[in-house]
Amino acid sequence: MAKYLLLKHYRGAPASVNDVPMDQWTPEEVSAHLQYMRDFANRLEETGEYVDEQALAPEGTFVQYGGEGRPPVTDGPFAETKDLIAGWMVIDVDSYERAVELAGELSAAPGAGGKPIHEWLELRPFYGVSPTITE
Amino acid sequence: MNEALLRSLTPSVLGVLVRRGADFAAAEDAVQDALVEAIRVWPTDPPRDAKGWLVTVAWRRFLDATRADAARRRREDVVDEEPAPGSAPAVDDTLQLYFLCAHPSLTPSSAVALTLRAVGGLTTRQIAQAYLVPEATMAQRISRAKRTVSGVRFDQPGDVATVLRVLYLVFNEGYSGDVDLASEAIRLTRQLASAIDHPEAAGLLALMLLHHARRAARTTPDGSLVPLAEQDRGRWDTASIAEGVEILQAALARDQLGEFQAQAAIAALHADALVAEETDWVQIVEWYDELARLTDSPVVRLNRAVAVGEADGARAGLAALAGVDESVPRYAAVAAYLHERDGDVVAAARLYAEAALKAPNLAERDHLTRQAARLNSLR
Repeated sequence: MAKYLLLKHYRGAPASVNDVPMDQWTPEEVSAHLQYMRDFANRLEETGEYVDEQALAPEGTFVQYGGEGRPPVTDGPFAETKDLIAGWMVIDVDSYERAVELAGELSAAPGAGGKPIHEWLELRPFYGVSPTITE
Repeated sequence: MNEALLRSLTPSVLGVLVRRGADFAAAEDAVQDALVEAIRVWPTDPPRDAKGWLVTVAWRRFLDATRADAARRRREDVVDEEPAPGSAPAVDDTLQLYFLCAHPSLTPSSAVALTLRAVGGLTTRQIAQAYLVPEATMAQRISRAKRTVSGVRFDQPGDVATVLRVLYLVFNEGYSGDVDLASEAIRLTRQLASAIDHPEAAGLLALMLLHHARRAARTTPDGSLVPLAEQDRGRWDTASIAEGVEILQAALARDQLGEFQAQAAIAALHADALVAEETDWVQIVEWYDELARLTDSPVVRLNRAVAVGEADGARAGLAALAGVDESVPRYAAVAAYLHERDGDVVAAARLYAEAALKAPNLAERDHLTRQAARLNSLR
């Protein structure tokens, strides 16, 4: 098994095909989208491939050590051009191919007009553990 | 076996150990061991005297641990004999534990964790699950908290207000995980209110009961929020409401108003209305005025603007909102609501979308996004 991070971006990913913002959908389309996401997570729990998911608020700050005796330096809220992560899901799957398949499914969540959003999701493998048996 | 009943004995058992001279941290560990043992043994071999059983087992565990500790340090000069049980009433011990676990030297998260374990009798694992942190993290938080209060004298009088704030925090944490923190907070507040004659303790208990009564109606099966005005009031828990109202009335009769009683009074007025349209908004505004006098909180002024909007119309609500700091959480959501009531759908939709971006949790974000979507699809 190998763990993968599926990253969803508020900004920074290439534009999706169906990129109408959510507050411009109908309430039914919003509900359908949320239901799709819930069903997806539930299905992965049933197959034993779900690890974790979290959503992040759309504001953030860069913070840096400010030097001896000084307060930390902050830069933010993030400028419009900066990459902005919206949330993630961690999955534990048998193969890279399976991870890609699941990311594709998640990206098919319905948006405006009930059509798939085709959102770009970033798929990142975790480093594995050192094997106990090495020879 | 009723686990909540078992856990309700926790503070008085712990109190006995401390009064016998055990230090708080070691006594608390010993009581946890005894609780675990009780859960294992009682189903097949129930004791005649539950509390006596727990005291005996916990005291033995304490002595064993102390001896082991002493042996490690190659010292034998520790407590060895079981002293006679103290004669102090159990109620005092319980109260002292509440004070200790909510001691002002503790951070809010530490006070919450320690209260749930030492007074509530929850295991570290249960508390960790409820707050979605690893068990090892919660274990550290609790043992640091115990070290922090280790120098506090057990018979020192404490501050009821700090205890009430801790219980309020537990109640507001909601319903994640196996442990129902809201019910647990009610149980602990009920126990406190019976141990101390304090109108605000009663006020907090009433407030919790009145809000808890709406729990089933507050969300749809898929987890979406249902606003107060749209809730199916037939699903409100009338027994919980009746109890909350009775406790509140007795507290108010004492004529020592505090913020929890005032908040409970507002919740009681909502509970009084069989349909949302019957809500007595004029009285609710008066209670918000009381609350503003008591706390001077911008959150209260924000909520008051909603009530004014209902009592005197959206224009009056927007006028009341004009004096509120825009950085208060949920300001945009309230502004959106009042603008929609005032007939300005365009501004309301924009404000709902803005409120969704600032929402403090996903359920609210989704709810506010739906509101924006609803108004945008009207156009």
